[in-house]
Amino acid sequence: MIAAIPLPYPFDTVEMQRALLACVAVGAFAPTIGAFLVQKRLSLVGDGVGHVAFAGVGLGLLLGMSAVWTALVFAVAGAIGVELLRAKKKIAGDLALALFFYAGIALGVVFAAKAGVDDLEIYLFGDPLAMTSSSLAAVVLIGGIVAVGVWSLRRVLFAIVTDEAWARAEGLPVDTLSVALAALTAAVIVAGMKVVGLLLVAALMVLPVASAQLLSRSFRRTVLLAAGIGAASAFVGLIVGHIAELSISGCIVLVAAAVFTVASVVRRSLPAAVESQV
Amino acid sequence: MAEAAVEIGGSLLWARGITAGYGREHVIERVSLDVRPGEFVALVGPNGSGKSTLLRVLLGALRPDAGSVALFGAEPDRFHARWRLGYVPQRPSLESEVPATVREIVASGRLRQRGWWRRETVEDRTAIQHAIESVDLGDVADQPLNELSVGQQQRAFIARAFASEPKLLVLDEPIAGVDRASQRRCRDSLLHLQREHGAGVLLVSHELSAVADVIDRIIVLKRSILFDGTPAELAASGVSLGIHADDLPLWLEGLR
Repeated sequence: MIAAIPLPYPFDTVEMQRALLACVAVGAFAPTIGAFLVQKRLSLVGDGVGHVAFAGVGLGLLLGMSAVWTALVFAVAGAIGVELLRAKKKIAGDLALALFFYAGIALGVVFAAKAGVDDLEIYLFGDPLAMTSSSLAAVVLIGGIVAVGVWSLRRVLFAIVTDEAWARAEGLPVDTLSVALAALTAAVIVAGMKVVGLLLVAALMVLPVASAQLLSRSFRRTVLLAAGIGAASAFVGLIVGHIAELSISGCIVLVAAAVFTVASVVRRSLPAAVESQV
Repeated sequence: MAEAAVEIGGSLLWARGITAGYGREHVIERVSLDVRPGEFVALVGPNGSGKSTLLRVLLGALRPDAGSVALFGAEPDRFHARWRLGYVPQRPSLESEVPATVREIVASGRLRQRGWWRRETVEDRTAIQHAIESVDLGDVADQPLNELSVGQQQRAFIARAFASEPKLLVLDEPIAGVDRASQRRCRDSLLHLQREHGAGVLLVSHELSAVADVIDRIIVLKRSILFDGTPAELAASGVSLGIHADDLPLWLEGLR
């Protein structure tokens, strides 16, 4: 039994301390990847990959394996599959997503039912208070990989998500880096699975970015601000959910949505000079 | 060393007997052209004359049915020093979802040159700043691109191509629909690259009035090449060559 670090209420228990670390980590790195997806006009890809990951959860339960690793394999394969279908223009981007989206969730339900497991709530909606030290370690490890990956590739990822046609003409490795971005996206989805759930982690990839882009004037600042907003939303949502005994993941996403509403109002009140040029 | 391993007959861009098209239909036939260092070449022709198809072949995006192309002495798909070629696509529509500054966009143009996996150096930052200033966008370098006028955005894309300090710049209709002051600034920037850095320029455009005084050679394309020579030669012999007025930009009519 690991003793809790002495912290004030509500972070005075080991469970809340683990939840704090996991929520803030997912809150910070989900929008970091999300900024590149939004710029690439693939805001909903996280949702689609989440559904594919659910098929992996089902298979993990059926085979009696760790659902996290099977989910990761499915999510990476699904994210790369969507990217390849989109890039080869074999199928429209949103149709490619829909295909994976529905097939994934259906497969997950079939696998889970076959395994005789009907309590799937933790995978769909998360439960940060149920984090074990090993699942927390996995979240922090994946978060670290994503942070290092995005930091090292930030300039070239920015170039390809901003103007893919030009990047191709320039000879940049667009396909390889798009697959790398898809794999990082899948990693974030699975890392966030037991924290905020497969259905809500995609919201944390997009909502803080939507808020940050209203308040920033450069891509770099948008990414940094989105990470800050995501972490802050996770922190506030965790406290509110815990004290009011509500769903913590739901509260986190609602806080992120509320931040967007506030950001929209702030944006409207910006000086007219800026607005008129947009 | 890279500079020495060059150019067929001293040309940065060399094409001979290009026939190309889509499926069985040939859009261009037996096209030959060169762009040499320090040369400003304009490629003109009516809509549907094959300009875009020719550009695709020259840049290696379309394989010709016949003929050969060399970029810096290499076949386009074996030409790896892409940074030596600056490319400004036709009216790039960049409806950025997330704000991106002029500096961030221009910095992308430097990636190939320094290696996209490497850190940005002081030299990179100097080149990026120089590219921004050469298109006269220094005052708005840290503003989001989507807050700028179309002409300013177009200059930002030209600066992106400048950032790698290319030896050959290929521009596809870069000044169409841009206000006159911006056209003038684009011209000055191209002239700077050509004169100061000895780069070759291949400009595909309908609107040549802003650059008329700096063109060394003009190529008129309509399926095949109707004319390749100086603007003065074209003015003197255009009609006798059988070139229809519709094939030429308006500014040339005044010369005839």
